[in-house]
Amino acid sequence: MKELYDSISTSWQLSPGMMSLVTVLWILAIAVVVLAFMATFAGVTSWVERRIAGRMMSRIGPNRVGPGGSLQWIADGLKCFLKEDVIPQAVDKPLFRFAPYLVFAGCFAAFAALPFGYGIVASNIDIGIFYISAITTFVVLGILMAGWSSNNKWSLLGGIRSAAQIVSYEIPTGLAVLTIVVLAGTLNMQEIIKQQGGWPWYWFIFHNPFSLVAFFIFFSSILAEGNRTPFDLPEAESELVAGYLTEYSGMRFVFFFFAEWANLWVMSAIITTLFLGGWQIPGVADLGSVIEKSAGTVKYLWILASVASFFFKTLLFVFIVIWVRWTLPRLRVDQLMIMCWKYFVPIGFICLIGSALFAILPQTGAWYWFQLSIKLILTASGFGGVVILLWRSFYNIRALDDKIYFKVWE
Amino acid sequence: MVLALKNYFINIKKAFVSIFEGLAVTLSYLARKPITIQYPDRIPTPVQEMLPSTYRGVLEVDMKICTGCLACMKRCPIDIIRVDTFRDTETKKNYITRFDIDIAKCMFCGLCTEVCPTGSIRHSTEFEASSANIINMVLQYVEYGDKVPFYKPVKDQEPVSIPQNEAFRKVHKAWNAPAPIDPEKVRGQVRWKSDQSAEDKS
Repeated sequence: MKELYDSISTSWQLSPGMMSLVTVLWILAIAVVVLAFMATFAGVTSWVERRIAGRMMSRIGPNRVGPGGSLQWIADGLKCFLKEDVIPQAVDKPLFRFAPYLVFAGCFAAFAALPFGYGIVASNIDIGIFYISAITTFVVLGILMAGWSSNNKWSLLGGIRSAAQIVSYEIPTGLAVLTIVVLAGTLNMQEIIKQQGGWPWYWFIFHNPFSLVAFFIFFSSILAEGNRTPFDLPEAESELVAGYLTEYSGMRFVFFFFAEWANLWVMSAIITTLFLGGWQIPGVADLGSVIEKSAGTVKYLWILASVASFFFKTLLFVFIVIWVRWTLPRLRVDQLMIMCWKYFVPIGFICLIGSALFAILPQTGAWYWFQLSIKLILTASGFGGVVILLWRSFYNIRALDDKIYFKVWE
Repeated sequence: MVLALKNYFINIKKAFVSIFEGLAVTLSYLARKPITIQYPDRIPTPVQEMLPSTYRGVLEVDMKICTGCLACMKRCPIDIIRVDTFRDTETKKNYITRFDIDIAKCMFCGLCTEVCPTGSIRHSTEFEASSANIINMVLQYVEYGDKVPFYKPVKDQEPVSIPQNEAFRKVHKAWNAPAPIDPEKVRGQVRWKSDQSAEDKS
């Protein structure tokens, strides 16, 4: 993408004024592409999540609009678009109107630094992960604004809970990110991926025992930051009606949910980048150098393969986040705080120090074999855990004399 | 101190094990058959056939085994059944000329089915009997102008009836069927007892 822009700037011989216009249009075009991706992803995920939730509850889920209900999200979007935008009398009107856009903007801005494949990133900035952790905190500002301006007790409680939650969980998230940054030695998202190899034991999740623990801490705390169940206290239906969303309707309501589902991609993409080797493909030792050496069509095919790899890993994590949502009950506020301050923060610090020790180990001789054996053991135990999980699921089906039945388009 | 530290690690272990087992349970449900019955259009067998035969659905009358005893009409606490009989003086035969049930008023108490000597009036398993025109909810088991002879019970022999729901399906009109143009053919809805007696006097 950058090459195309460079070729325009060199070959078209434009004046500096025209060149700045081209730059602005270029940025706008990229923003539109990213927005289109985000909108489609958020919409389709809303349908996928409802289908998965349905099947996990022995229901079917929406299946009437389009094949298997796959156009349900368009119908829902249109419905909300045509609904009246009700603004209650007592609300703080400017803040009430502005809050959904702030939540949306905070989520959308994170897409700027997220990688989608080798070299495919809207803005390849050197402080990528730092920027993302900072900009996603924008969301809490919008939520707190929505909660306060609604002039409603449920909304205010939801907003305050969200603020408390996100401020607390920024710390374990930051510590877990730092654990990886220490290993990678860079904040740039693309560089972090290049530091990891193709095979799973070269990924940062299995780099050492501390990074494996950091992965679990990061996964849990990013769920809390994205207000996903089991940490969806700000919009707890059973306690707060709909939390900060209570007074919203129509398109403004959709904007909040839009941000929530787009956030699903953001968190999964960050996990993939930091821990699962991003666009690296198992079997290819170093995809980055392979792409740099190749040229022409082969190069684009490799880039396409890297995009496919990244999407596969990210969508896998999107599924896991949905799966966790429909498994675990909501935490209490005190349990939430205990989990953060008594467990995640101290363990996060231990992980940071432990990982730093591993980072300074020499990569030669016996040390190399020592580290590789640790990586291999961790990988084996990780995949073993997945196999045991699948076996336990199968056991649950067999214990009740049920049969495996999986029709997606029912 | 040691105990607190022990509890700390026990809590972590418990959290891991319970989340792990919970995920295994929900994943197993993802791969199982949903129990939803997609009424009304995507079901293998109609609900009417899945219901037990003792289900108290809409009343139906098997005219072939109706003795014309009027027991059901007299028993009905809200007078929604109207049976008219007629005796041919030449052939000395009895006929039923009208058997109307106003199911808009029926409360499914089942008293009429209990007093019927042959089991002619009974509950079907049908329940989709709503209509856009309330006059169509008067089920006419004897068509206007028609006459059905009385059934004479044979000793030591059970009366043979047609299968359940068939009598209802014959007389039931679609929900959006228009109201009849000729009101004479419907003869109005089933009247209340006071109306009936007034009609009989005149």
